[in-house]
Amino acid sequence: MPFLVRRLGFYVVAAWAAVTVNFFIPRAMPGNAVDTMMAKFPNLQAQARRALQAEFGVGHQGSLLHQYWVYLGNLVHLNLGTSVSLYPDKVTSVLASTVPWTLALVGTATIISFALGTLLGILAAWRRGGWLDQSLPAFTFLQATPYFFLALVVIQFFAVDLHAFPISGGYSLGLQPGWNWSFIGSAIDHALLPALTIIATSMAGWMLQMRNVTITTIGEDYVLAAQAKGLSSRRVIFTYAARNAILPNIAGFALAIGFVVAGALVMEIVFSYPGVGFTLYNAVQANDYPLTQGIFLVISFAVLFACMIADLVYVLADPRTRTRQAY
Amino acid sequence: MSVAAPLVADARTQQRAAPVWRRLSRSMPLKAKIGGAIFGLFILIAIIGPALAPYDPSATTGQTQALAPNVHHLLGTTSTGQDVLSQLLVGLRSTVVLGLMTGVIATVLAVLVGVTAGFLGGVADEGLSLVANVFLVLPALPLLIVVLGYLRTGSLLPVAIVLSVLGWAWGARVIRAQTLTLRNRDYVLAARETGERTWRIIAFEILPNEVSLIAASFVSTVLYAVLTSVALAFIGLASFSGWSLGTMLYWATGQEAVQLGAWWWYVPPGLSVALLGMSLVLLNFGLDEIGNPRLRDGGRRKIKGARWRASDPTPVIRGLL
Amino acid sequence: MSTPEQTAVGTAPVTEEAAATALPVLEIRDFSISFATESGNVKAVRNVDLSLAPGEIVGLAGESGSGKSTLALGACRLLRPPAVITGGSVVYRGRRVAPGGVEILELTPHELRALRWREIAIVFQSAMNALNPVLRVEAQLGDVIDAHLDLRREEKRERLDSLLDMVGIPRARLRSYPHELSGGMRQRIMIAMALATNPEVVIMDEPTTALDVVVQREILAEVAELQKELKFAVLFITHDLSLLLEIADRIAMLYGGQMVETGTAEQIHHGTAHPYTRGLLNSFPSVRGPRRQLAGIPGSPPDPRDMPPGCPFGPRCRFARPECSTVDMQLLPAEVDEPQHLTACPFVKVGETEPAPAAATASHGEVL
Repeated sequence: MPFLVRRLGFYVVAAWAAVTVNFFIPRAMPGNAVDTMMAKFPNLQAQARRALQAEFGVGHQGSLLHQYWVYLGNLVHLNLGTSVSLYPDKVTSVLASTVPWTLALVGTATIISFALGTLLGILAAWRRGGWLDQSLPAFTFLQATPYFFLALVVIQFFAVDLHAFPISGGYSLGLQPGWNWSFIGSAIDHALLPALTIIATSMAGWMLQMRNVTITTIGEDYVLAAQAKGLSSRRVIFTYAARNAILPNIAGFALAIGFVVAGALVMEIVFSYPGVGFTLYNAVQANDYPLTQGIFLVISFAVLFACMIADLVYVLADPRTRTRQAY
Repeated sequence: MSVAAPLVADARTQQRAAPVWRRLSRSMPLKAKIGGAIFGLFILIAIIGPALAPYDPSATTGQTQALAPNVHHLLGTTSTGQDVLSQLLVGLRSTVVLGLMTGVIATVLAVLVGVTAGFLGGVADEGLSLVANVFLVLPALPLLIVVLGYLRTGSLLPVAIVLSVLGWAWGARVIRAQTLTLRNRDYVLAARETGERTWRIIAFEILPNEVSLIAASFVSTVLYAVLTSVALAFIGLASFSGWSLGTMLYWATGQEAVQLGAWWWYVPPGLSVALLGMSLVLLNFGLDEIGNPRLRDGGRRKIKGARWRASDPTPVIRGLL
Repeated sequence: MSTPEQTAVGTAPVTEEAAATALPVLEIRDFSISFATESGNVKAVRNVDLSLAPGEIVGLAGESGSGKSTLALGACRLLRPPAVITGGSVVYRGRRVAPGGVEILELTPHELRALRWREIAIVFQSAMNALNPVLRVEAQLGDVIDAHLDLRREEKRERLDSLLDMVGIPRARLRSYPHELSGGMRQRIMIAMALATNPEVVIMDEPTTALDVVVQREILAEVAELQKELKFAVLFITHDLSLLLEIADRIAMLYGGQMVETGTAEQIHHGTAHPYTRGLLNSFPSVRGPRRQLAGIPGSPPDPRDMPPGCPFGPRCRFARPECSTVDMQLLPAEVDEPQHLTACPFVKVGETEPAPAAATASHGEVL
């Protein structure tokens, strides 16, 4: 219990930090949302400036502390402002339409690569010298390859040369988003290449991690004892070796989420996939502060949330944490 | 007849220490050697590359098409006639330099924070750990996209600093954990009892035992910096006054190299990044193996040609001398 | 390598009931184990003979690195690559297996798995490391029961309860995790686990070394009682010879991977033959009795990679002579009319006095 309580406290602080960093981003940067807006619509009157300032939450309305307070208040009411580049859409509605795409792509791809990578890692450790071990250099190479480079190669190969998969986008143009088969089918079709690229590169990382830890674990006395007990290979590998070896991997998962998100973002940009990363990219290019802030906040909280889940899983998996203080 | 027991000199202590180089190379696993060699090659290119470049990487000719590799241009040209090889040689330097700079800054930060937190413990540890964990959890790339999106500078140092600020936390955490373990080791406790000064304890008892960890942290950070900077440049958030592997990829995709089938434009930089990354990963594994000998000789499980797994019973090979 | 006559005689059972079965329950003959390392093959165990009669307690003594654990684990084929068994035979003759015994070195992995624990169980040295940290006690005791016995749920429950009763641990502890138990409790759980399937042989690898002396005594007393009751044979591995003198029926001394002396506890204690055993006995003081100067054994244990020819103890032996480097390490009777007492040193007789130390500075009274 003390472990969970401490972690909870930590997340509260981290959330506060994310929120505060988010607050300072547009204020520290050159450029001005209102000016951009005014430039976009040259017919706006000068009075509109004041209104826009209020709407976008920029401009000098009181001290910094006061603005911060207003900002926090807005957050609590889930008021993230209005997007500049996609005016008059509210930030929250933009998020609502883009987050599901990223979640579907990144979420599934991450889970698949973690599961696949961990399993392969266990196998590689158990059969030292087997074909998995021999192909280690290949996996190392995959892990080091930048996501997007692999994406380029993959696009070149499958999309351009073989015309097997679409080159970009989330779904075929002309289709209306909805819960019908043609749309979902098209969505899956478009998500396959990005997903495969993510899985190929990140799976290698998990596999190598798991392999190393499992090798060390296999050398432990309790695995030897399990073999001495005459238990089936399956029980020895999974209940004795893997069950213990996976613990650092779970802890590492929480830390690696940042990298996963990073890779996914770039992937979306390469494939022009209509997710959060692509939208963030466009928002930054267009100096759309409210949208940028909103997206950054969502990403931060999503990462924190995923870390929390990982922590919970860790506590459930390792009984020693129930009395211990930290990892 | 009583025979004097021969004085058995301890053979081990009698051995004269082999030269450091020989000892290192004998004990270093294969992975580290390969990784180190490849990385060394990249550093070499980074140093002398630009001098070897046959053309000015930014010089364009009048042509409008990308040319495949030929006698004049060993790696072909871009669609505006720039020599890809020259771009590669010049670009490698800035990518490698950025990686190394970030590595140094971030590792120094990580060691400072990690050792302090681990050694002092208590409130200092709690505070520093909290800061490190917060940095760890804040998503780096989105923040980088935002910061660098607005902060387009020409020089590498600011980028290195930003990358370091976001990347030191992982290493600090690992080093702190190790310092915590070492702090309770007998020789450290003994040193403290005899009143040795704190900085001396840290410098002579603790740090030498963490060298491989610090090295691994450095290598990881360089890898992170290289991959991240290439990613950022690729999406256009970098300075375009110089050349780097990332900017090459940016231009390649911008000019539709993939659709045009101009593989010589984007494959060399991408492959270079992959190779550079791979050499770092191998180095890291090698360093891992030095610290944890169980991980060694991955393929060496063949005895008399037959493969043996951990789960198999001890093999019986009679007559094996 | 021993001759057949010595085999039959040397393993005459000590316990009364076992007089019915003259054959040893575990018989290790001419056993050799090597490690195939990068720098060549290292012989860890050489031509070792060791046997266990049913219900007998045999102590295997030697210092760290002498190969005791390697020998025991190797006999069960539990050693991992690069260990290789290079020769010999290990025959198990329990009541449940085919008459005539089974040759462990020729079993298939499947048969081996069935044999392990059910017939030969092991109590490891450090219970904290030998227990799976993420499984509850009942799961760890239970899975070995599931693997070997076919019990219904209630029967299994009963068995688990009775196992804990047997070692004196409250039944509620079945739901505990290893880290929630004290060191003594964990070791008791290990013992309970070893006895879960009623094996005929229990190998105990330094089972009490990691515990404090008081707990050590308690646990050893409990083991002795259990052994009297359930009548399993014990191979007790330790570096503590004084302990063996108290609890073992027979003792075997291992040095440098080779057997140097075997005999009953009485014979070893009072009629010590091999110089190594003598050195060990001289290395610890007795609580009662007159004060005497500790002699110890000068020098350090041999490196298996660089073993001297002939007798491995030669370099450190007070009785050493040039012929020691060509002796063939066969176990021969140490004294007349005591067929169980065997020694590998043909030069030193029982009762022979020690030569004076060559130079006063040669031995620093290094206790092992």
